[in-house]
Amino acid sequence: MIKFLFKGLLRDKTRSLLPIIVVSLGVMMTVFLQAYMGGIFADSIETTANFSSGHVKVMTEAYKENQSQIPNDYAIMGINDVMKKLKTTYPAMTWIDRIQFGGLLDAPDSKGMTRSQGTVMGMGIHLLGNQDEITRMDLKSKLLMGHFPQKKGEVMITDELFKKMNLKLGDHVTLISNSMYGDMAMYNFVVSGTIHFGTSALDKGMIIADIEDVRVALNMENAAGEVLGFFNDSPYIDSKAKKLSTEFNAGNTKKSDQFSLAMLPMSGIGGMDFMIAYSENAQYIIIFIFVFAMSIVLWNAGLVGGLRRYGEFGLRMAIGESKHEIYRSLIGESLLVGLMGSIIGISIGLTFAAILQKHGLDIRDMMRNSNMMMPSIIRAQITTTTYFIGFIPGVLSTLIGSMLAGIGVYKRQTANLFKELEG
Amino acid sequence: MRTIIFFLVSVLSLTSFSQNYPSGKSILDKVDNNMSAKTRIITAKMEIADLRATRTMVSKSYSIGDKKGYTEYLAPAREKGTKMLKLENQLWIYSPSTDRTIQISGHMLRQSVMGSDMSYEDMMNDKPLLEQYKADVTGTETVDGRTCWVVTLTAIAADANYFTRKMWVDTERNVPLKADMFAKSGKLLKRITFTNVQKVEGRWFPMVMVYKDMLKEGPGTKMTIQEIKLDTTIPASYFNLGNLK
Repeated sequence: MIKFLFKGLLRDKTRSLLPIIVVSLGVMMTVFLQAYMGGIFADSIETTANFSSGHVKVMTEAYKENQSQIPNDYAIMGINDVMKKLKTTYPAMTWIDRIQFGGLLDAPDSKGMTRSQGTVMGMGIHLLGNQDEITRMDLKSKLLMGHFPQKKGEVMITDELFKKMNLKLGDHVTLISNSMYGDMAMYNFVVSGTIHFGTSALDKGMIIADIEDVRVALNMENAAGEVLGFFNDSPYIDSKAKKLSTEFNAGNTKKSDQFSLAMLPMSGIGGMDFMIAYSENAQYIIIFIFVFAMSIVLWNAGLVGGLRRYGEFGLRMAIGESKHEIYRSLIGESLLVGLMGSIIGISIGLTFAAILQKHGLDIRDMMRNSNMMMPSIIRAQITTTTYFIGFIPGVLSTLIGSMLAGIGVYKRQTANLFKELEG
Repeated sequence: MRTIIFFLVSVLSLTSFSQNYPSGKSILDKVDNNMSAKTRIITAKMEIADLRATRTMVSKSYSIGDKKGYTEYLAPAREKGTKMLKLENQLWIYSPSTDRTIQISGHMLRQSVMGSDMSYEDMMNDKPLLEQYKADVTGTETVDGRTCWVVTLTAIAADANYFTRKMWVDTERNVPLKADMFAKSGKLLKRITFTNVQKVEGRWFPMVMVYKDMLKEGPGTKMTIQEIKLDTTIPASYFNLGNLK
């Protein structure tokens, strides 16, 4: 029967061409969008992980409870030993310690009195003699003026704050913050360069300095606020991160000890749970939209086809074919159309996705003055799902369309057939 | 006739009842007379208990009345050379590690002094209590075996640091032994206890004060006066901004 239906479709292109084109286009867009959105979400998640959350984050129990306040008085002490232990216990991951802090940046005049001041958020990362963090946080693409700190006492600040405080490269500034013990801490820096993140919350006032300078500034010897962990062999996988966190916490976290260590997966950090769940389910949303839209179009095409084949169905019923058999043949034809259209659509969609995956789309120039923090190069991401996801809207929509349009067959009354033939 | 007699008896009773407690103003005046001096030079040890350990700092303070104050931290090494200057309602801090003098104002005043339970705002409180609060003696209680007047102060000035305060003042020695500070909601914010009261140059002075932020965990900040000199001459240069560097 399949061969018969297939021959019928090939011979009568009017009944197959339009549906195949519609299905191919819809499937192509589904496949490409799935790969494109998968790539964007994956890159955004990785960008966030690299910048602030890690795939997992280790901190003290009390720090975890008050994360939004960056409570460095609950910092991890004995960080060297903690890092050694993490690297030994979890060698398949990269571990990085960082310090976040807040405060005021004060620029002096010639007499040493305050010339200008700005509120800042700060980050202490490994910068001197180490390019890893610069690469991980993609800071090179964000550098506007000057250079990264090359010696102790240098700091980078966001360009917006730099202009607001009327600074020049090489100017001395004083950080006024709180030490780990809660007292006022002051530390002098020299401005070595400026950066632009593309997110207004960060660009308003952010400084980045070497972690050792920050340790001296905040009296945090052998301490760090948090340790970020990254999977060496894969991007972020929520189930993997959750499993690791559960295992770590079982052996380390004690609710009664506010300084015991606790690990959080990225999805456990405020706001990220929605983003990750959304990225995992976005492809199903796309499929639903395309199935819905394409079904309506193909239903309409089926109705038009039904009108055109009115006589054919009438003759087939008159010579003894049952309504069920005609309906089944319609379903069979639509299945073939769906499969053919899906194969064509998937091939074209994969081609476009592969080009975007390989070459990427450099949006650095477009994002220079934007207020959104996005990956500087957008790439698609082809996964196993991309190869077969197109079949879902492709086959489903043609089936639904034909099933709805074919209902008209059951409304034909055999008693009127010969009258129609006479007509 | 009966009504007039009843009225007269009631008035006399009320008068005799209220004469049992002195006025809040008179108690605070006595405290001021006892503890205030034209000048003070105090060497003190401050033990700050935080989440992990106790840190000890030594400072030497020079003050003229309540308007001028200069403090230099002598120990430990990290804090040595840090200086604070208070002139009227302005406060500056000098950090030797940065060689910078920064004025503390606005929200920075709410920061803790050296990580203690005391804020810069608490240090700046220089106005006489009676200018900011209405004082009433509301009873007597015993604190550390000493009979004390319980003086309740309610803010009358808009810029008062606390809405209400309660002070337990030793009836004999006119020294506060305990002070509580409250928010408008009635929540207890800070508590100071004064112990080891000694006679210094004819005045009773508490040599140990424990300052406790009731919103924080921990035992609070203990300040022990190691040496105190009253009414000695302090050179005016101490209260000069240029003297900080």
